[in-house]
Parts: sequence; C-alpha cells; structure tokens
Amino acid sequence: MKHLKAVFGNDTRQFGMIFALIALIVFFQVRTNGLLLTPTNVINLFQGNSYILVLAIGMVLVIIAGHIDLSVGSVAAAVGISVAIAMRDWSLPWGLAILFGLLIGAIIGAWQGFWVAYVGIPAFIVTLAGMLIFRGLNQKIGDSDSIPVPNGYQVIGRGYLPEFGPLTGYNNLTLIIGLALIAAIVTGALRTRRNQRKIGADMAPMWTVVVRLLLICGAILAVTLLFASGRRGTSFPVSGLILGVLVLIYSFVSSRTVIGRHVYAVGGNKHAAELSGVKSKQINFLVMMNMSILAALAGMMFVARSTASGPSDGVNWELDAIAAVFIGGAAVSGGVGTVVGSIVGGLVMAVLNNGMQLLSVGADDTSIIKGLVLLLAVAFDVYNKSQGRPSLIGRLTSGRRDRPAVEQPAPADPARNISETVHTEA
Amino acid sequence: MSAAPALLEMRQITKEFPGVKALSDVSLTVRRGEVHAICGENGAGKSTLMKVLSGVYPHGTYDGDIVFEGEIVQFKDIRASERAGIVIIHQELALIPELSIAENIFLGNERARGGRIDWVGTNRRAIELLRHVGLREDPETPIKTIGVGKQQLVEIAKALNKDVKLLILDEPTAALNEEDSAHLLDLIEGLRERGITSIIISHKLNEIERIADSVTIIRDGRSIETLDVAAGGVDEDRIIKGMVGRSLESRFPEHTPRLGETFFEVQDWTVEHPQVAGRLVCKGSSFHVRRGEIVGFAGLMGAGRTELMRSIFGRSYGTLLGGRMILDGREVTLKNVSQAIDAGIGYVTEDRKVLGLNLLDDIKTTTTAARLKKIAKHLVVDRNAEFAAADGYRRSLRTKTPSVEEGVAKLSGGNQQKVVLAKWLFAEPELLILDEPTRGIDVGAKYEIYGIIQQLADAGKGVIVVSSELPELLGLSDRIYTICEGRITGELAKHEATQENLMRLMTTTGSAAGRAATPAAGSTGATAAR
Repeated sequence: MKHLKAVFGNDTRQFGMIFALIALIVFFQVRTNGLLLTPTNVINLFQGNSYILVLAIGMVLVIIAGHIDLSVGSVAAAVGISVAIAMRDWSLPWGLAILFGLLIGAIIGAWQGFWVAYVGIPAFIVTLAGMLIFRGLNQKIGDSDSIPVPNGYQVIGRGYLPEFGPLTGYNNLTLIIGLALIAAIVTGALRTRRNQRKIGADMAPMWTVVVRLLLICGAILAVTLLFASGRRGTSFPVSGLILGVLVLIYSFVSSRTVIGRHVYAVGGNKHAAELSGVKSKQINFLVMMNMSILAALAGMMFVARSTASGPSDGVNWELDAIAAVFIGGAAVSGGVGTVVGSIVGGLVMAVLNNGMQLLSVGADDTSIIKGLVLLLAVAFDVYNKSQGRPSLIGRLTSGRRDRPAVEQPAPADPARNISETVHTEA
Repeated sequence: MSAAPALLEMRQITKEFPGVKALSDVSLTVRRGEVHAICGENGAGKSTLMKVLSGVYPHGTYDGDIVFEGEIVQFKDIRASERAGIVIIHQELALIPELSIAENIFLGNERARGGRIDWVGTNRRAIELLRHVGLREDPETPIKTIGVGKQQLVEIAKALNKDVKLLILDEPTAALNEEDSAHLLDLIEGLRERGITSIIISHKLNEIERIADSVTIIRDGRSIETLDVAAGGVDEDRIIKGMVGRSLESRFPEHTPRLGETFFEVQDWTVEHPQVAGRLVCKGSSFHVRRGEIVGFAGLMGAGRTELMRSIFGRSYGTLLGGRMILDGREVTLKNVSQAIDAGIGYVTEDRKVLGLNLLDDIKTTTTAARLKKIAKHLVVDRNAEFAAADGYRRSLRTKTPSVEEGVAKLSGGNQQKVVLAKWLFAEPELLILDEPTRGIDVGAKYEIYGIIQQLADAGKGVIVVSSELPELLGLSDRIYTICEGRITGELAKHEATQENLMRLMTTTGSAAGRAATPAAGSTGATAAR
C-alpha cells in the first residue's frame, strides 16, 4: 500500500477513478468470457459513446462554473438535422457542412450564454427552455422526418484510421499514434522533473516515476494493440480520435490557461473571483457558448454514425453527460471537476451499459443499475465530505494537489477538526 | 426604580467557540419594567450574549446560569425562550417580504381551526396589535411594500402577540432614519409603561442616553460595569470611556513613517445602494492618501466604510452617482475591478472566506489570482513561475504551510490572511486598501501582518486600513478618517487621535455631523471640505 502511494503520490485521485473503471472492466471481461475486450466490441463501445464523452467535456466546464446545461441533446439534434438538410438540399460539401454546423452551435450558444451571463437567468431555466426550443426546431426543420447523410460525411462517426504501409497484421497508423503518445508522455515527465529540480520543488523518488510511466505506457500500448488488431479495415475510430484531441486541448485549457483558471475561480467563489478582476459574465458566456458548440459537434458525430438525422436524436443525452461529470468527481456547487475525470466517469457508464448488453441484461435493469451507480458514487462522496474527510472522488479527480487524507488521522468530531485546522498555527 | 426586582439574571456566562472565548464570566441583571441597554464595540460579545439568552446557543453549549422570573431556565432553542416570554428582534429583520403584515405577525403561530386559517380572527387581532405599535396599515398589505421603519414595528407587533415579557432589540434603529428612530424609541418607552421590559443593543449613544434606565458595558467578552442612567450622571462620554477602556499595549512594530507626496485623491464620492434606489451609502466623501502613508478609516459597522472602498475599487459595489478620483495627478475612471488592478489599486476584502478566498484553491493559485497575466504567456500559465512566486511569498511572509500546493482551506486564519496579502503583493498595487485585515486572527499573526503593512508603506506605496478595532487604527495609522452613516465626519492626525474622540466622531449622526467635524478639522488644518 505504501509503495502504491509512493508510485501514484499526488495523482492518486485520477488513478483511483481509473482503478474503479479497471475493476468494472475486469468484472465484465470475466462474466462475458472475454467478449468485452475484443477489438470489435471495444471499437463499438468507443464509437457508440464518443459523442456523449464530447458532451461531457463541455458539461464539466459548465458545471465547474456553477451552471448546468439541459439543452445539449436538443441542440445536438437541431444542428444534426440542419447539417443533413444543408448537404441534401443545398449540396453543401461535407467539410463545409461541418463548419456550418459548428457555426449554428456557436449561435445557439451565444443565445443561451446571453441569457445566463448578461441577463442573469439561471442556466437551469435557460437551458430547459432551450431543450424545448431546439427540440421543436429539429422537428420543424426536418418535418419530423429522418434525413440521410452522404457517405463522405459519415467518416466522423463511422470512419476508421486508414490502412497504409507494410502489412504488419496491425493497423499501422494506430500503432504510430500510440507510440507517439507514449513518447510524448515520457518526454513530458522528464521535462517536469527537470523543471521541478530547477525551481527546487519537492520531487518524488525516481523509481516511483519510472514505475508510474511503465504502468501508463503499458496501458496505452495494450489499448493501441487492441485497436490495431481489429478486423482489417477497422482500427481506431475517427470519432475516438476527435475525442482524444478534444480531451488534450480541453485538459490543457482548463488546467493551464488563464481562461481555465477563471472558470474554476468563478465556480469556486464568484465574489472573490470578481474582486480579483475576473470578468465573471464573460466567463459564463464563454462556458455556455462552448457547450453548445461541442453539443453541435456531438450531434454531427451521431448523425454520421447512424447515417441519418432523425427527430428523436439526442433524447436524454444531457442526463448521460451530466451523470458522467458527477461520477467523475465534479461538485454540484461548482468549482470542482476535471476533464479527464469526466471522461473516466463517462467510460464507467459506457462500460456498464456495454457489459450489461453483452450479458443480455434488459434495458429496464440497466437503467436501474446505472441510476444506482450514479447515486451511490455521489452519495459516497458527500458522506466522506460530511465526515470531515476530504472528498474521495474530489481527491481522486480534482486536479488539485491535495495531500492524501491518509496522512492525517480521521477526526472524531468535525467541529473540533475545523477549529484545529483554523486555529492551530501548525 | 432600583427597588424593582430582577426579571432576568445572567450569571457568569462563558461561551467558547473553537479557539475563541467569546464571553467570559459575563453577568447581566435586568430589573422588571426597565429599558436596559447593552453597549460595546463591534465584536465585544453583545450579540453572542443575546443568542445565549434567546436559546440560539442552547443550554449546555455555554457555562453559567440564566435566571428568568426567579427560576433557572435552560432553553434548548428559540421556541423555548419565546414560550417563556423572551423575544429577540434581530438587526436583520426576520420577515417574509412576499407575505402580508398579518401573515407575518402570525407566522409559525397561525390562528387556525382544525388546520384552516381563521382569516377574520387573524386580521382583527392584527389590527389590534398594529394599533398598539402605532402603525396604521391594512394588515393585508405585503411586507415588501412598507418601509424598514414600519417593518420594525411589525416585528414588535409580532413579539407582542407572543405575550412578550422581555423584548430584546438588536440595533433596532441602525437602518432607520431619524423620524422612524424617534417613533420607535417612543414606542419602546410606551411598552415600558405597559410593563414590558426591554433590552436594547445600540451603537447610538444619544439614543441610549435618552431611553435607557441602565447600561451594561461589555468589552472583550467581559461585562465591565453596569451604570444607572436613570439616576443621572451618565452621559455619552462616560459610556465611551467604559467601552474603549482597554489599554493600548505595544502590539505594533516600531515604525517611523516616510511620507511622500499626495498621489491618490477622491473627491465628493457619492454612491447609491445597489438595490435600494435613492439610498446613499456614501455621501460626498473626499479624502487623500500620500505615498508611504498608512491611512486609517474608523466607523461602526454599517457606516459605509466597506461600501466606499469597494466603490473605489473598480465600482465593485453600488452605483456611482458622482465624484472624482485622482491618481498620480491625473483623473482616472475605473469601471471595473480589472481596470482598478491595472491602475495599481488592490483591495483586501473584509470577509476572507466569503469575499476574499476561493476555499477550493491551493495557495499557489490563490497567490497569483489577482494578476495571473503576470506569469502567463499568450494566456498559458507558466506553472514554474507561479510556484516560484508563491514560494517566494511563503518565505518572505513566513506563511506556515508545508508547501504552496496545500489548499487554503486548511490554513489557520492568520496564514490565510497572509496568503491573501501575498495575492495582493503579487499584484503590485500602488495603493492597497485593507478592510479589517486582522479580524479573527490571533495576536502573534496580527503583529506580523502589521509589519507587512508597514513595509509596504515604506516601499512608497499608499495604504488604507479600514478597521473596527480602534486600538489597531491608532497603533497603525499615520492619519485617521472617521465615517458615520456614509459621511466622512472627521480627520485626525496620529498624535491627536484618541479612542474617545474617534468614538465620538464615529457616532456623530445626522445634523450633528457638521458640528462635530468642525473642531477636529480646525485643529488639523485639513478639513473634509478640501
């Protein structure tokens, strides 16, 4: 245990959530006699959930800023149908159609952001209205009908990385991307270490860094091989690639840029943020607008995967996205959450769904179990907080470098604990 | 009068909060049928004492005995004390704006038959109660449509309905104008004639002098003395002496100011309340700050100190109706906080946890929060520079923490305040405004924070300190302004300021302001009219 902590150290939070995911995978892998981790199934799982995970990226920012967005499913549907019509009736090339879709998303987002940020209407109300408005818009535009989309466009939902180069028995491009990722992680870790030494921050022992890198790289290698060894013609899905790029960008933006900081600051304490010069209205506007753009993208990816846009696309997506974010450790009151945590939360839900499908569990039971998982995950978190212990999920995924709570004995009396932390000059 | 038996006796009440002794051995005797005033500075323990009495802090959470009508009582909540006939009216009125006067009077105590409200009986009784308090309003009028003065009367009507024996009024006239205040004081006198005993907490000493029969003075959580006002010989000065009587220990680092030129000036600054149109929170305030100078602002709670400072700090409070701000000889207009920060103004908020800190943050992100762009290139935060900056302040301010990557929520009050100071030092302001910089901080940390403030002044910056603690202002400031009811009522140089004359200027209300300001202004040669 001690060694485990040494290896994962400050990052235990993210690995902890991943452990839960791994446990779930192992469970279903055993129960389905190995069906879960076949290349075909994993590719399916990714293609079938990437749009929800794209939504979760936007949703976690919305929730960190202290809002919620209920309209994402309707926005996705409205954009999906618009893009399908644009390609069918106006013969818009699919590349331009995607840009057109993103533009509609931006306009819708500006509309919702305006009401939330500048008029001051709670996002719950604005997006509840949006949910009705954009669902109606979808049906009005499409005449409540299904509209097919051209083959070229379907790449963003159904496509795979192309085959090229020598026959290795694997998809070469998938292999290259996997190896490049590993190389990037290793150099990144080395650079962090060099910088830490330079500025004199406390460093973890070398062996823990090595073990950690080995574990991460091993995992990436395994996943890469899994995707690369699929049936010829299939490989890592394009939708997974889009998701991966978005995760990298948004993780960076949320944790490393001024805007990202400001989102956390507004959600953590709006007054304090404003009195530090943060323009909270701008931040709220941007966050809501960004969500609708990502919803537009998710809608387009879904339409591409299902080859047509229909009137019931995107129903209940908001619930899946919100569930993913909260399982991933975000706080209802705002200020807490990470992009990676939300992705892991979304994958937990996806694996649950998929695993139970493979086990032929009915949709009714699946829904009940998913609901209970969400409730218990958050309840456990709340219970931990009320006990004066730091939030487990928060600690696991918050992206802040809390010392693990194990270092201090659990206090018997929460009131006394507060007094001790507040008043002792430790 | 003095022969009247005691209605209430609080004996050796001691109340501790984690780490703080709010009350120690406080005793209070209130005789039947009198108006008993309680005086003390902000934070002296008056409200805590009343919360003990009214059961907000239930029996068992404090030491000592409460004897009411000759019996020891042990209230477990507010309802228990109300059943005994003790009703407290808080400074923040507990009325529901959307409900009618009658509904508010009977809230939680509805007149009903079998669960159905008896509206006829309710309104009839309400009219009767309103007559007792001298309020001529239709009982079905919604509370939000009547003024604060009338709302106060509704509160009292509500108390009368509960068959009150002891009425406690916490700062009843703080939000009222002179006319409403006078009416309220008349009413309290009327209640006394009807045999209702009152305890009144007030900062307005002229009011106390007028209506109280006796005064108990509380200072630093102890009951200092009880004066018999009815017997005569007790005036405002006598009360002030009791309130501020503590000695000024050497709790401040040695410091000789090096004053430079005046670089910051505010003229005729007038600000309207953000919600209540027409209510002015700053009324034509003018003041100036010199380089290297520590300027104190004294005023009671609600006097408008914080409102003035926040309004100066990028209009972060209220609506600016008029006034000029001059920085380094040029008139500047700062429309929002980020412009104020860019112009070189910093503001350390009074309520650390509510306004000053994001408690979810760690030390290093808090330190850089007010001027993140200093360590960001193309909007990307340089985390090494951030760590180095935060760690630098950790060392120089001697913040006690294992690492700047700890969460700020885990720090003690003093160390949290150091982190807040680090945040504003990092922003490199020319003028730093500190609002209650040492509230809730122990003596040792206070000393260090005073040192940091003095260093900042020595570096040629201007510093404004707003504080409720007069000894702190006297020990720290080179010059002190007093504020009362949104108006600057005086300006005193360090050598001429005493707790007594500050307290007098701080409590100079309304029309008296002009009179009182004149001698003070005359002696400094610099007046508020400059």
